[in-house]
Amino acid sequence: MRLAVISGKGGTGKTTIATSIAELENGSVRIDADVEASNMYLYYTGKDMDKEYFSASQVAYVDLSLCNQCGICNEICKFDAIDLGKVNELKCEGCGACIISCPEKAITLVEEKTADIYRTEIPNGNIFRAKMEIGADGSGLLISHLREKAEEYGKNTLTILDGSPGIGCPVIASITGNHWVLIVTEPTKSGFEDFLRVYELTKHFNIPAMVCINKYDINEEVTAEIEDYCKKNNIPLVGKIPFDETIVQSINELKPIIYYENSKANQAIRNMWKKMKEDYLKI
Amino acid sequence: MNIAVLSGKGGTGKTTISTNLALLLKANYIDCDVEEPNGFIFLKPEYITKQYVEVEIPEIDEENCTLCGRCVEICKFNALAKAKDKIILFDKLCHSCGACILACPIDAIKFTKRTIGVIEQGKKGEILLKRGLLNIGEPISVPILKELLKDLPEEEINLLDSPPGTSCNVVNVLNYADIAILVTEPTAFGLHDLKMAVELVKRLNIPFGLIINKYDENNLYLKEYIEEEGIKIVGYLPYKKEIAEAYSKGKILIEEKEYKDAFKNIANNIKEVLL
Repeated sequence: MRLAVISGKGGTGKTTIATSIAELENGSVRIDADVEASNMYLYYTGKDMDKEYFSASQVAYVDLSLCNQCGICNEICKFDAIDLGKVNELKCEGCGACIISCPEKAITLVEEKTADIYRTEIPNGNIFRAKMEIGADGSGLLISHLREKAEEYGKNTLTILDGSPGIGCPVIASITGNHWVLIVTEPTKSGFEDFLRVYELTKHFNIPAMVCINKYDINEEVTAEIEDYCKKNNIPLVGKIPFDETIVQSINELKPIIYYENSKANQAIRNMWKKMKEDYLKI
Repeated sequence: MNIAVLSGKGGTGKTTISTNLALLLKANYIDCDVEEPNGFIFLKPEYITKQYVEVEIPEIDEENCTLCGRCVEICKFNALAKAKDKIILFDKLCHSCGACILACPIDAIKFTKRTIGVIEQGKKGEILLKRGLLNIGEPISVPILKELLKDLPEEEINLLDSPPGTSCNVVNVLNYADIAILVTEPTAFGLHDLKMAVELVKRLNIPFGLIINKYDENNLYLKEYIEEEGIKIVGYLPYKKEIAEAYSKGKILIEEKEYKDAFKNIANNIKEVLL
């Protein structure tokens, strides 16, 4: 069973919820797919078992001893990434158009590091994560690769993916091929808009989605609007999690919220997971 | 003068800070989070005009194409594939680089256009409000950012509300920024993400200052790091449930005196420390 937790926007509680679910389902495989700012792994002190270099892109390299400074590459480059043999690696997309146009054959493409990826063993499972190079390109490919690696470990268990924000390439790479997507939203005007956009995305790719409203009590009016929308569109609303100051404590103590007995969020997440399993996921 | 507001991570308060600052400084507001732009909810622009953003994609002259496959070989993004009797284009994978056009030995490829999103522009009083919106299902938003950020009024202050993260989208916004304001919150996660944002602005040589949101004087998570790195702090916003409530309703904070004062302080510090 593969489940991705997404939200459209950052800061809605994806990681809190994904980590909690993973804890509740013993042995689950975790994928920290917010590769630009991964936080899920911070909850664990595990042992890094495999570390792998990963490259999803290339950049142009100019052999200056061959370059005659003709400037044809400047004109050809659609990304404004090359200027008389000097390459701006942050702008270069590695397309190779400059190579074709260079009369001196002075340009080649070299691999650019995208990330280091890790499989980390933790007491009750495995977590796959990446440490991306600052400013790197290719997070979609990186996520696909992380998921492939995790696949061998997740055959008979739950694979839970903590997604990245937005609706672009990393999110598309996060949701495709999953059995379900859990959309975490919050009852704010912007949260509702973000939810609608990311829900459209799940529809676009034909992945069934369920919804949970985090901090539902900060604005009951918008919560009612979201509930209404879910009902009208037959989207299962599986949980409503109250605003809970214990969450900040849980983050700072790096201990998943389900280990705080008296926390309101803990109870709500446990109930939600029970409902998700019984009514939809069938595991 | 372009000021980018960024954070490494979503949900730290970039939009709250940039919308309120825009009103206070009478600065233009440019929402660069084109995957999920929210700023207009708070600023409620009038007189909105729309402009569609198009990217170039190859169009293959099927009659003349000899199916030699050079274009497929050259494409680094797997956007072209050779089928039995034609070349197929996967348009969403195309980066519009034009390598296929250069590679085609018989000039059977030319560029045509495809829409991937829209730029909306409006006014609130004197200030200009702009945002980009990526169409659902489109993976690549960089072309919208480039269109959104070109030709901004140079003699005015433009606040660039950045997307989350530290990769290509953010780099593209920072390419247009003169200075940056980083937003963080004092938690273990906040510190982790702040470090990445700092690394990015340092690498790009952009002067920057820091705003600590959800500040709580008992919470000293960031203190050591900020001191070690010599980071300039330009202001604080307190940790209060009523801020979350105001945000949830799409309200502007500076309508209340307490927050207006906090933002005035931030605006002054930006002028003193960074400009």
